[in-house]
Amino acid sequence: MNHLLALDPLLRGSVTWSVLAVVLIKVVVAFVILLVAVMLYIWAMRKVIADMQNRIGPNRAGPYGVLQTLADGIKLFFKEQSIPDSADCPVFRLAPYLSIMPAFLMFCVVPIGGTVSILGHTTYLQVVDLPIGALFILAMSGLGVYGVMLAGWSSGSKYPLLGSVRASAQLLSYEAAFGLAILGVLIQAGTLSTHEIFLQQHWTNAWSFVTHWFWLKTCIAFGIFLIAALAETNHPPFDLVEAEQELVGGFNTEYTGIRFAIFFLAEFMNVITMSAIAVTLFLGGPSGPSLGFLSANNVINVWFLPMIWFLVKVLALLFATVWVRASLPRIRYDRLMSFGWKWLIEIAILWVLVTATVQVANVENWNSFVAAAVSVVVAVAAYGVLYAAMPKSDELIEEIR
Amino acid sequence: MGRLSGFLVTLRQMGRPRLTTEYPKVKHDKPERMHGRHVLNRYEDGMEKCIGCELCAGVCPARCIYVRGADNPIDDPVSPGERYGFVYEINYLRCIHCDLCVEACPTEAITETKLFEFSFANRADAIYTKDQLLVDDTGHAQRLPWELWLGGEDDDTSAWMRATSPSGSAAYEGRVNWSGELGFGVRPPEHGQSPVPPPAPATEKQDD
Repeated sequence: MNHLLALDPLLRGSVTWSVLAVVLIKVVVAFVILLVAVMLYIWAMRKVIADMQNRIGPNRAGPYGVLQTLADGIKLFFKEQSIPDSADCPVFRLAPYLSIMPAFLMFCVVPIGGTVSILGHTTYLQVVDLPIGALFILAMSGLGVYGVMLAGWSSGSKYPLLGSVRASAQLLSYEAAFGLAILGVLIQAGTLSTHEIFLQQHWTNAWSFVTHWFWLKTCIAFGIFLIAALAETNHPPFDLVEAEQELVGGFNTEYTGIRFAIFFLAEFMNVITMSAIAVTLFLGGPSGPSLGFLSANNVINVWFLPMIWFLVKVLALLFATVWVRASLPRIRYDRLMSFGWKWLIEIAILWVLVTATVQVANVENWNSFVAAAVSVVVAVAAYGVLYAAMPKSDELIEEIR
Repeated sequence: MGRLSGFLVTLRQMGRPRLTTEYPKVKHDKPERMHGRHVLNRYEDGMEKCIGCELCAGVCPARCIYVRGADNPIDDPVSPGERYGFVYEINYLRCIHCDLCVEACPTEAITETKLFEFSFANRADAIYTKDQLLVDDTGHAQRLPWELWLGGEDDDTSAWMRATSPSGSAAYEGRVNWSGELGFGVRPPEHGQSPVPPPAPATEKQDD
């Protein structure tokens, strides 16, 4: 069983102390990596946005202000925590953890390196290689909605409730496009395991990043994934959940101290995890050229280079998200909904249809161009029928009158 | 580019030099007309200029000045003339540095230095008495322990600013001119918006 090679934390195989130790080490290391990454990401984000707005940014705590997030965290940790009288206390306390757990669990299925050996066991550099990894990602990103929704509901206050209603509506809407975009990869890869997907994008020659990585083969799905992932993580320009001008602070208005910090942490952890998933699914994960002058079994080629490639790709995506954050104004709520439902989902469905047809054509040895053309024609015809059936805006206005 | 041109705008900013001054490390030169901590001036013979008329206290919008005048002792006058400022206090917890007291003063007794970096640990320190406000024998402000003097902040402080220039040169029209000040002479008026710099000695024959 290949996925047992991750020495999986489900502990289904023959469990010895060393297996337990490896699992424990991997979980702890992944958690620490994620926490430190969030800390550095928040600092880097503030610095880059400051650069883009011709400011200096945080520069007091530590060299170049790198400890600013740590200082903020310590401050929030020691602040008073208040719970409103009208709050539903157990749910109010639970919500932050419901929000942060999915973000961390999602990261567990992401391969951050190749196959290495720890304590005499050959294992993958990922916490767990689930056979249903991609479904797990979808499930966890869906679970993240509960933290936001319950936080708003249990606060017993108007603005958090409005914020959480918005949040759940937005997350559910974009969940559909998000899932369909992932489907674009899954159809081509033919597997749900994230490690298998990474292996299929393995570096074989200098052109592997075009021929093997999925970003070009699923270019439209990749674009949809990036947009939907921004919306899923409540990242600007889709941050209507926390639209300060309209909702005070959104679903976390009533939260103080460390509970607020956990929401904050979860939000940025989500951004990092989503970037890591985008890298895994579309950009080849940890695959990249290894150093030719060293042997293939050299510790640098096995341990460090894949991690560095992974890191470089994640950093590139994170920079892009910060760039988007600095550049785009917040989108209007009805535009957000109509963009999600009327464009993203439909394009994603069309793409899935075409990909599936081409895939079947490959298996059945049909002419793939003809198959693609026919599927596009069918899809466009189906859309035409749907469009004709939909009430037009002027008709709707007539109806309202 | 159209709708995506915003991305270029933000990216272009990254290479530009920063305009921010990192204040405590880097300090700009202070403007000539800056309103800072006050001083009470004296004549060259050591007599105080303040005549205890309380006009500054009357005009102060923050009500931070307290003045009590008294008759000069005949054998040892403090100021030339009949009266002098017996008590003079400025509460810097209230002062807004609007400079109205300076404009109200008929004898140029109260003027402002360019010092603004001073802070207090208690209220008593914040209320400056006449002893603390009076300039020393060289015409410079006293340096109190809680004030951060950088040098040059108490130069050119004992003069008035005049709103218009009577010098007759078009380059000075509507420009600030200065009254003569003891120990420092007459400062040239500030250069106006005219691109041509005015001749420096044009201010010598200023009336009054």
